[in-house]
Amino acid sequence: MKSAVDIARDVNAGASAVEELERSLASIRSRNDELNVFLHVDEEGAYAAARRVDEIVAAGGSAGPLAGVPVALKDNLCTLGVPTTCSSKILDGWRPPYNATVVDRLRAAGAVPVGKTNLDEFAMGSSTENSAFGPTRNPLDPARVPGGSSGGSAAAVAANMTPLSLGSDTGGSIRQPAALCGLVGVKPTYGSVSRYGLIAFASSLDQIGPFAKTVADAALALEVIGGYDPKDSTSLNETAPQLLATLDSGVAGRRVGLVRELVEGSDDDVTRSVDRAAAVLRDAGATVVELSIPELTLGLSAYYLIAPAEASSNLARYDGVRYGLRVDAEDVAAMNEATRTAGFGAEVKRRIMLGTYALSAGYYDAYYGQALKVRTQMIAAFARAYADVDLLLGATTPSVAFAFGSKTNDPMAMYLNDVFTIPTNLSGEAAISVPFGTGEADLPVGVQLLGPGRSEPTLFAAARVLEVAEGR
Amino acid sequence: MSNVLRREDVAKVATLARLTLSDEELDLYTEQLSKVLQHAQDMNQLDLTGVAPTAHPFGLKNVVRADVVTPSLDHDAVMAMAPDAEDGRFAVPRIVGEAP
Repeated sequence: MKSAVDIARDVNAGASAVEELERSLASIRSRNDELNVFLHVDEEGAYAAARRVDEIVAAGGSAGPLAGVPVALKDNLCTLGVPTTCSSKILDGWRPPYNATVVDRLRAAGAVPVGKTNLDEFAMGSSTENSAFGPTRNPLDPARVPGGSSGGSAAAVAANMTPLSLGSDTGGSIRQPAALCGLVGVKPTYGSVSRYGLIAFASSLDQIGPFAKTVADAALALEVIGGYDPKDSTSLNETAPQLLATLDSGVAGRRVGLVRELVEGSDDDVTRSVDRAAAVLRDAGATVVELSIPELTLGLSAYYLIAPAEASSNLARYDGVRYGLRVDAEDVAAMNEATRTAGFGAEVKRRIMLGTYALSAGYYDAYYGQALKVRTQMIAAFARAYADVDLLLGATTPSVAFAFGSKTNDPMAMYLNDVFTIPTNLSGEAAISVPFGTGEADLPVGVQLLGPGRSEPTLFAAARVLEVAEGR
Repeated sequence: MSNVLRREDVAKVATLARLTLSDEELDLYTEQLSKVLQHAQDMNQLDLTGVAPTAHPFGLKNVVRADVVTPSLDHDAVMAMAPDAEDGRFAVPRIVGEAP
């Protein structure tokens, strides 16, 4: 499949967006039954969008920077009139009365949203095994997970169904599946992409970002979806960063910190890739220093109290009153409880329970309060590191894609998958995962570059250096 | 290792969260949530006296704007998604019980 950059260039020069869409739909049809990537394909809406793009170009206009690019959307992004489930039975039958801001921006840029992708229910998970509609399979090895929670959006790009997709990253839910599927995945600076219309999991951590095969495609997508939105009160009042203009600016003169705590405990194949990435950046003119940031190891504990606490509050809205599932009962309290009990899956219930406990009287200070203080210390530790270096380097995940069922019955083992990605969500800063080398069974390994808030131009340029070294 | 949580703690939390749990789920969650809380004990090794809590990465500031009416979601489109509605309002089962 062509890159998004190439498709948009060709469509703006007169190539058919409808034909590009037909290629995308054909590859969805050929593998969706096997891989369970899309929960809903909106053929009618996609054809209408593609035809509109072709009409604009035929009339002599420019259809935008993503003209005719088929895009897959994680099914926690609201789409007007198109089913949006969060992979949960509790949103059964719901068709949002509005578009997420990112969806409006994609459409305005000429992109063609083709459908909604599978996720761990309410984005809670690291394997897409927690979906109420069955797991998504990794297109590179269908016996293994694609990662999660944005597993469907990662699989859509890895299986050449669309060149671009959007996911959301609360503790690694874009970067981890990107690593496991051999893709570029970005967790942008908190507030740089509007969360309006992203169904909330943990509001102080959630951020929307792109999946792509190339760093340039990810940059293009982020330029389109980023920037101030008055509908999101946490939106930074800034324009989206221009990333493509400086994509090939390299890393000469940059200082990069190779962080021990972001590699420790990884499999050997992953460690080798990170070391090799450090060597490539050094050869390209960066100074690479080894660092230790001990505070990062506490991120997992803080995250698994903060995220469930916020989730228990955010998910209180699913009460059977205004939308989605209702299980009838004789009074309203019984109806609320019957609806939630029938509508939520096991992992969502587990996290609601954990969060409710962490916020409850008598335990608040010991758990949630303590986690918020650890968060302060982590932000300070990152700031100390960034006083000395421009970027940090580590692994994205401790291993390559793992087999179905291998961590399903032990939540703590599953949570440990996010140990390298969580700190960036807690600090609200930016990070990118880039495929770099292969490991066990020839599966891709992801390395992670981290930077302070608003460091995306530097991060993308460094990611591009790694990509070039891989011959892409 | 004994569990950090007791079964009755989990049952109480389920009530607060408006979830009904089976006996098996109560046992399972008691064990699994205890493991997560056990892991979180590493934070209690730290001396965090005087450290301010951070609930939000950049600090939330109130957003103000001119008091101008702008279009909002279409009322009928919103109500069309309700499980039950009556006269343009959400309908629910009874809220107040009858006197015994």
